[in-house]
Amino acid sequence: MADTVNNALEPRLDRRGFLKGCTMAAAALGLSEAMIPKMVEAAASAERPRVIWLHFQECTGCTESLLRSSHPDLARLLLDIISLDYHETVMAAAGHQAEQNLHETVDKHPFLLVVEGAIPTKDNGIYCKIAGKTAMDILKTVAPKATAIIAIGTCATFGGVQAAAPNPTGAVGVQDLVSGKPIVNIPGCPPNPVSFLGTVLHYLTFKKLPALDKLNRPLFAYGRRIHDHCERRAHFDEGRFVENFGDQGHKLGYCLYKVGCKGPETFSNCPAVRFNDVDVWPVSVGHGCVGCTEPNFWDTMTPFYERLPNVKIPATGIIDSADRVGKTVLGVTAAAVGIHAVVGIGKRLIKGKSEE
Amino acid sequence: MAQRITIDPITRIEGHLRIDVEVDGGKVTKAWSSGQMYRGLETILQGRDPRDAWLFVQRICGVCTTVHALASVRSVENALGLEIPYNAQMIRNLVQSIHCLHDHIVHFYALSALDWVDVVSALSADPAKTAALAESLSDWHGNSPKRFAAVKAKVKALVDSGQLGPFANAYWGHSAMKLPPEANLMAVSHYLEALDYQRKATQALAIIGGKNPHIQNLTVGGVTTNLNPENQTAVTMERLYYIKQLVEEVASFIKNVYLVDVVAVGALYAGWIPYGPGVTNYLAAPDMFLDAAGTKADLPGGTVFGGDLKTIKPINAHADAYFKENVQESIAKAWYDGNWMKHPWESTTEPKFTDFQDNGKYSWLKAPRFQGKPMQVGPLAQMVVGYAQGHEMTVKSVNSFLDRVSAVAGTKVGPEALHGTIGRHAARAVRAGMMADLALKHWGLLVENISKGDYEIFRPWSYPKGEQRGVGVHEAPRGLLSHWIVIENGKIKNYQCVVPSTWNAGPRDDKDQLGPYEASLIGNPIADPEKPLEVLRTIHSFDPCIACAVHMLDPKGKEVIKVKAL
Repeated sequence: MADTVNNALEPRLDRRGFLKGCTMAAAALGLSEAMIPKMVEAAASAERPRVIWLHFQECTGCTESLLRSSHPDLARLLLDIISLDYHETVMAAAGHQAEQNLHETVDKHPFLLVVEGAIPTKDNGIYCKIAGKTAMDILKTVAPKATAIIAIGTCATFGGVQAAAPNPTGAVGVQDLVSGKPIVNIPGCPPNPVSFLGTVLHYLTFKKLPALDKLNRPLFAYGRRIHDHCERRAHFDEGRFVENFGDQGHKLGYCLYKVGCKGPETFSNCPAVRFNDVDVWPVSVGHGCVGCTEPNFWDTMTPFYERLPNVKIPATGIIDSADRVGKTVLGVTAAAVGIHAVVGIGKRLIKGKSEE
Repeated sequence: MAQRITIDPITRIEGHLRIDVEVDGGKVTKAWSSGQMYRGLETILQGRDPRDAWLFVQRICGVCTTVHALASVRSVENALGLEIPYNAQMIRNLVQSIHCLHDHIVHFYALSALDWVDVVSALSADPAKTAALAESLSDWHGNSPKRFAAVKAKVKALVDSGQLGPFANAYWGHSAMKLPPEANLMAVSHYLEALDYQRKATQALAIIGGKNPHIQNLTVGGVTTNLNPENQTAVTMERLYYIKQLVEEVASFIKNVYLVDVVAVGALYAGWIPYGPGVTNYLAAPDMFLDAAGTKADLPGGTVFGGDLKTIKPINAHADAYFKENVQESIAKAWYDGNWMKHPWESTTEPKFTDFQDNGKYSWLKAPRFQGKPMQVGPLAQMVVGYAQGHEMTVKSVNSFLDRVSAVAGTKVGPEALHGTIGRHAARAVRAGMMADLALKHWGLLVENISKGDYEIFRPWSYPKGEQRGVGVHEAPRGLLSHWIVIENGKIKNYQCVVPSTWNAGPRDDKDQLGPYEASLIGNPIADPEKPLEVLRTIHSFDPCIACAVHMLDPKGKEVIKVKAL
């Protein structure tokens, strides 16, 4: 694989290439050549967009997933693409100097807010405190000033593992507490970094959020069921199943539905984009999907090793029943989140202003 | 007059940690370590299927991803008396060792190097002299004048942009920063290079685990990673050799860059060697088992008390009685109702938040004790107990490291130098080198077994009636981890995790014995109370993981939360 750090250290474009790029862009936009110097100036003096990343009730797995990304890799992301002004796991400053960095950006600059982790609401939120303030209070201060919010991971989107029954700390996701702001949900436990980075790059390039589904998930990453792109789908359709891990069917790569795979009810790009740039995903190592991009999957998808109820097994290759299951489930999840604020698909952001 | 300093948040760690110290005459005289988050995962597990537990508890931590998963499946197998196939043990060993390579590299570079390395000072380094320095230490291919010049230009561009991002407002230029500009530039270059090599380790891990962080190839009774050299959906020889190649590349980085940088930091900061020993009772578990039953291990376990190697008592097998019977947790200073010490299988508690009380309760972390004593766990503990029992690989690796430090420092540095802040970094680097060798060894054992035609990865089982108790013990990158489970009629009745960072970051106990973080801070120098860099150095040397450390169970009086829009 490529040496990404050395690539990141190379100058991005020489001046000649840069001017050529600007000329082409101007032509594409129908601008006169007189506009080119202005474009050059704007591009050269442009600040890197500021990002504030808040950690609440979480395991840092979403941050860790970014460490594993390769396009862009973390060095390139941090040095060339964005200005990560606050991120507890990465930043060099600590204590009040760290908090000063947070307030400097929140008070004086436009920024994109990323939230990792759920927000505990029980007992006035005492179950998560940073610099003496509860997660609830921090979100209350920072969210209204953000240009847009990306909730990364199933904790920040739907409450995640700490919100599983009986939800001892009253953990909720960002969209349960914040309204009037564009929110994009990137669920997954943790999500594939390509889904998060794809959203950020889309936003930075087009200055608007990608098209979203009813759960505020980008369609480019959550628009299809796992079951629909699974390489084992043919075995499902033909009724060839793994009955036990390690059995003959397992050795031959049969469908994992009977040992608990939740692919028929889960919307995600896992089988298409796969993980870690080594062409793998859970099903490829013989384990079923656990449904981690769906709301409340810790309760609705468990026990993980029992088969999903109400899925008709196509013993003779009946494709119909599987597709019908998908439609039913989509209806259920959409209804379940009807209470949440829903951002319109592809709605344009108004910088610095909130949008009802 | 003593001055109180609160550092909240402690950054470059996992989780939410607050450290308070009192400083008098330029030294720390009192210290408090306080976990600031609680999630209640063990409560959530009650009544669920024990097979699912590993997927839940893996979400305790995404940095220590894999460790809770491994400990959890072991706890259920221990409770039910299941023996997994040899291949499954080897695959789990690969998971353990390869994850460890990633974890130790990330900890040294991303999470702690900036306590010792001044990024801004690198701007005044001469790239040619930097290359000369680097080449005197190692023949790593990445140490060229051209690369160092490129890194310097990159840092300069960042500083000139006025947007320092994650490097803003740190302790640059602090009087405790001692490295010459060339050493700083070398380290910054390696900081960036480490990002590539940690990724390679996670790729090797993903080939076995399906994805990473949070692998998805374990199951109670074995693994799901399908071994079948004759089928394209399984792990074939091509996949296995891909793993080997990635691990070899990472091993080379560890031996030629990471270990060398820690030698350099240790030698150039020799004045820091005496600081931060704190609790010198050590506890480590045996791991990297060579047999399915968990009785023969490549990593040694045991206890040492008071830093005296002669007190060594080895622990040789998984779930050894000497370990199992001597663990208790105190909640005297933790935000839970009551004041007792209990064995993890017996614990029942309720949260009771009181705010931060210097002489009362002040943390969500409990205080684990072994025979009533605080214990330090982690790579240093493992090196100490291995060294004390003459474990060949440990003795050889530690001595070789000390010889190199002695050569650079120009003075003899012996194993006693390991008890402290610098020593914890040294032990972690040495352990990373050992784990790289062990990963390749266990890869060989797996391939050798497959070549005999044995592809078994899982043995079917079913739940017995009645109650069973089990413990899953695992030597994680941050130290000894144990999961304690009580199963009743196929459901979880009680689940408790006693975690490395709870051993190290836990608060005082009922006898006011300090936890290891707290004890290690006592006597630390503080040059500038406004910029307590020295506190970060000692705390980071433990590699804190606070999401892991906080856990509890059974809060009563659940109420329905009414969510309000802010």
